[in-house]
Amino acid sequence: MTEMIWNVLQTVKDPEIDSISIVDLGMVNMVSTEGGTISIELLPTFMGCPALDIIKANVLKACKEQLGIEDVNVAFVYDPPWTSSRLTEDGRASLKEFGIAPPPKHFTGEEDWQIHCPYCDSPYTSMENLFGPTACRSILYCKQCKNPFEAMKPISTMV
Amino acid sequence: MSVKRPDDIPNNEYKEALLNLLYQLADDDFILAYRGSEWLGLAPHIEEDVAFSSINQDTMGHAAMYYQLLEDLGEGNQDSLAHARPSNERRNAILLEEVNGPGDYLTEPRYDWAFAVVRHYFYSVAKKVRVDSLKTSSYEPLAQLAVKINTELYYHLLHWKTWFLQLVNAGGEASIRMREAMDRVMDEFQGVLTLGPSGKEMAVMGLIEGEENLIKRWELALQPVYQSVNLAFPPKISMKKGDGRNGKHTADLDGALSTLSEVYNSDPAATW
Repeated sequence: MTEMIWNVLQTVKDPEIDSISIVDLGMVNMVSTEGGTISIELLPTFMGCPALDIIKANVLKACKEQLGIEDVNVAFVYDPPWTSSRLTEDGRASLKEFGIAPPPKHFTGEEDWQIHCPYCDSPYTSMENLFGPTACRSILYCKQCKNPFEAMKPISTMV
Repeated sequence: MSVKRPDDIPNNEYKEALLNLLYQLADDDFILAYRGSEWLGLAPHIEEDVAFSSINQDTMGHAAMYYQLLEDLGEGNQDSLAHARPSNERRNAILLEEVNGPGDYLTEPRYDWAFAVVRHYFYSVAKKVRVDSLKTSSYEPLAQLAVKINTELYYHLLHWKTWFLQLVNAGGEASIRMREAMDRVMDEFQGVLTLGPSGKEMAVMGLIEGEENLIKRWELALQPVYQSVNLAFPPKISMKKGDGRNGKHTADLDGALSTLSEVYNSDPAATW
């Protein structure tokens, strides 16, 4: 049963980046069932993210439509904290497909991170703004293919 | 001592100290995020508009989570905690409620960017010190939240430190206005660093370190920055307009509350 639920959650996408599922974003901490009730623990990416309520509603909707189950508890928890190292390999590929460079796999806050252009893979890029159109993204420019692009901010507990 | 959830709170003294601390943390972030949001469309350039609004969104998110912890402790729902409390019940520092400058964001805003940079930078450094201490708080839900807030605060600090150093080093009008802003911010910064009348209890209960330690750490964090731009260290801080932790506030807070809660008060029962 829990495997079926994970499959359903794979169909729930980030409302602001619709190529990536919440599973590949690393937002799903735990899925469990007891009696006829499903409990799902989600980890918020950024705390001020206005998409959180939409994601919750979409999870409830997907469980109802695909499993016929309405008895679903969705809780946001902060332990463990979401970090960008929770992204799956598929998730990283989905971000790139959407034109967003994935964050470095390990980030301690001490190092400068190198970001490759999601279109031409060139490392010859410049950071235009650490902050972007949503809380989780930065704005960059590729000097090779001359495209502006976005990158997901690395989030780490090491900082 | 470790308290895992509201039901495990050992006694009333612990609860009182915890509530006092949470109200300070929530109200500080809430009112400063609001003042920051008034800059939208008025920041020095469009990249700053994007960055500053993102920082305000994060900070409002942090306030919402502190209000959520208060809600979990039976203090009422987070929307009413944010919108419906009168100014004398607020526990934010007076510095954080002060207007951005003369005028109004709709008509003739003459906001002071130097004041914004200094206030937000020094506050972010103080917030970092508090959040680092909260990571080992005896109240586990608060400790977990602190770990999460810290991951976002990293970017805020980078941002404000860059502005601070560039403007202080710029010479001319920028340097003069930055010094004036620093004097003004320092006159009230004690109000940000104090834990108020129940600070001792908070430390005894292991909720957060004592006020003196926190002030020391804040100074140490600023020391290299001060020295790199040849400013006299340590800065002299005071609290001239009163202690917001005691519910003392200025007309600026009343003005802010009436604007920010206007929509909420039009129909408090509405679902958003």
